[in-house]
Amino acid sequence: MTRPADIAPAGTPAAPRGKQRLLPNLFRTTAFKLTAIYLVIFALFAGFVLGYVAWNAKRLLDDQIRSTIDAEIQGLAEQQRLGGIRRLVNIIERRSRAPGASLYLVTTPVGERLAGNVEALQPGALDHPGESEIEYARSSDTIDSPSRAIVRVFMLPAGFRLLVGRDLEERDRLGVVIRRAAGWSLLLVFVLGIFASWFVARRVLKRIDDMSETAHSIMAGDLKGRLAVTGTGDELDRLALNLNAMLDRIGELMAGMQEVSDNIAHDLKTPLTRLRNRAEEALRSARTPDELRNALDASIDEADNLIRVFNALLMIARLETGRINDSMAPLDLSEIVSGMAELYEPLAEEAGLALESVVEPNLLMSGNRELIGQALANLIDNALKYGQPVGAAKPLVCVTAARADGQIALSVADHGAGIPEADRNRVFERFVRLDQSRSKPGFGLGLSLAAGVVRLHGGQIRLEDNEPGLRVVMLLPAAQPKPVETASNEPPPPSTTQPDPAGLQTA
Amino acid sequence: MRLLIVEDDAEAAAYLTKAFREVGHVADHAADGLQGYAMAEGGGYDVLVVDRMLPRLDGLSLIRSLREQNDTTPALILSALAQVDDRVKGLRAGGDDYLPKPYAFSELLARVEVLSRRRAAPASEPTTYRVGDLVLDRLAHRVTRGDGEIILQPREFRLLEYLMKHAGQVVTRTMLLENVWDYHFDPQTNVIDVHVSRLRSKVDKGFEHPMIHTIRGAGYMVRDTAR
Repeated sequence: MTRPADIAPAGTPAAPRGKQRLLPNLFRTTAFKLTAIYLVIFALFAGFVLGYVAWNAKRLLDDQIRSTIDAEIQGLAEQQRLGGIRRLVNIIERRSRAPGASLYLVTTPVGERLAGNVEALQPGALDHPGESEIEYARSSDTIDSPSRAIVRVFMLPAGFRLLVGRDLEERDRLGVVIRRAAGWSLLLVFVLGIFASWFVARRVLKRIDDMSETAHSIMAGDLKGRLAVTGTGDELDRLALNLNAMLDRIGELMAGMQEVSDNIAHDLKTPLTRLRNRAEEALRSARTPDELRNALDASIDEADNLIRVFNALLMIARLETGRINDSMAPLDLSEIVSGMAELYEPLAEEAGLALESVVEPNLLMSGNRELIGQALANLIDNALKYGQPVGAAKPLVCVTAARADGQIALSVADHGAGIPEADRNRVFERFVRLDQSRSKPGFGLGLSLAAGVVRLHGGQIRLEDNEPGLRVVMLLPAAQPKPVETASNEPPPPSTTQPDPAGLQTA
Repeated sequence: MRLLIVEDDAEAAAYLTKAFREVGHVADHAADGLQGYAMAEGGGYDVLVVDRMLPRLDGLSLIRSLREQNDTTPALILSALAQVDDRVKGLRAGGDDYLPKPYAFSELLARVEVLSRRRAAPASEPTTYRVGDLVLDRLAHRVTRGDGEIILQPREFRLLEYLMKHAGQVVTRTMLLENVWDYHFDPQTNVIDVHVSRLRSKVDKGFEHPMIHTIRGAGYMVRDTAR
């Protein structure tokens, strides 16, 4: 099946395609478009200015001509009054012989020429008194190429007519000069404009081209590359600075990801190897079904641990990108803290520790109940694990929640070995476990997760010396106090400080 | 119990159908969302187990469409997404329970059985749960066993209430944390076990037949063994 209609148009432009592409590309550049727009605007403006000047010059000249004619007519009228037509004719005879642009003509009532330097007139020029622009000839041999003039026709007594005028050659010559000058200057404007605007546009667009060049090289893998900043603080500089800041942020996130994947690779290889070894060992040496069953059970436990680590890591990663923001809701922190203390109390007792909770009522904030609950659970869990009293200290884990300077301070304190000051920042990092804790179960993710939760809520977390032991303090932004109608039947909160409005916004 | 498993991973689906059949349930399998919807629409299933990410029609849309048809068959969502907001989205779409992957089969089984039983149960819950000689009065907040009253803390009461509500069924540790404490995270320690053993010491101590049983590798069950 052939369809000639489809094939023909596709085949024809194939040959000259290479040459054609160069010019359309030029037309498509921003530099070209800007240049063209500038030129059109510039030329229009220059044309307008020149036109205005020419028009004004013509008007000025016309005025001058008219006032000259007026003055002459006045003088001639005076002569005629004093000496009659004869004297007028004599004076005109005399004036006509003088060279110049002035034109004179006196005729009889029937149109016969009495005196003057006009040989031929366009027909009917003498019929109406008043001013007009006409064509004339001075002598019979120039009758084929008449000149132009502004004239005034005057009716004398007894039907005689007087024509006084001025040749327009001067004015027309000036017009030619102005037109020529305008043409040249427009051409000059055009040429200079092309160069100037092309130069300016290129200068600006060169920087944009450089930027896209840099972006290209960054995309190609040069992640350290940054856009050039000239330091002038103009729009392009600001754009470059912002894009650089964006690249920095992306770089940080990528470095963070890199670190996480390195850690995952490192810390998950150990349990994975253990899992594999255990399965292999069972396959090789287990003889009874019970032995096999035990080995499988142990393998499942090991796999479950791996899943826990994965889940915790995913959660931390999500917390750090702040993607759980939309699940924030008003909540009562007092309920969470009391509930968690109650949940862990039997476990504490089993570990030989007393779990005491001091919780202020109505600690309202905006947040995610699950996440705060889990962060608190991690901290209490740690306290129970590492809070075995050192020396004569009391076997006590204390959970407190209270208002503090518009924030809510949540703390979990134990009397265990504590954490040396030098290590206090390090323990928030993923998979960091101090030597003393290596023997206990755990992955070193609990504090990282708690820190992530606190950061997501716009709060702070810090470790303090409980003398002896460790106190973990989480500062979370409090919500506004309850509306009046509900607050009236409850005792006012003990703290009188206003909640920090900035804290609310981040929550 | 008749189950419909909507899961696109053939191996996981084969594992699930086999495991459910082994414990005596009827399990059908649909390999994509549209097929699953067509099979579920026909009705006759007690519980749907729906993977969240499915070809042709995703799990949440499948459940939402069924709910729009006023089909109330309990549905459990299986998902590789395990974060807080994912669970909320799943339940909002009309799912009745949400289990993140990977999961233990015992956990899935326990939850599916609770879902199917919930459907069979009468709409209004009884005011009194009775298992053998153990009686829990939900209105008076009183627990008696035989002739004696058992004094429980409020949380212990709720724990026993949940266990007795599902008497004869396995209840896992995460189900207890979810339903008694209303938290959905993995506690990572034996924190629930300690609560149960405290409760057990109050309920079963001094009696010949224990009521609270530990089911190895799964969770707990309240069951009368005296008969």
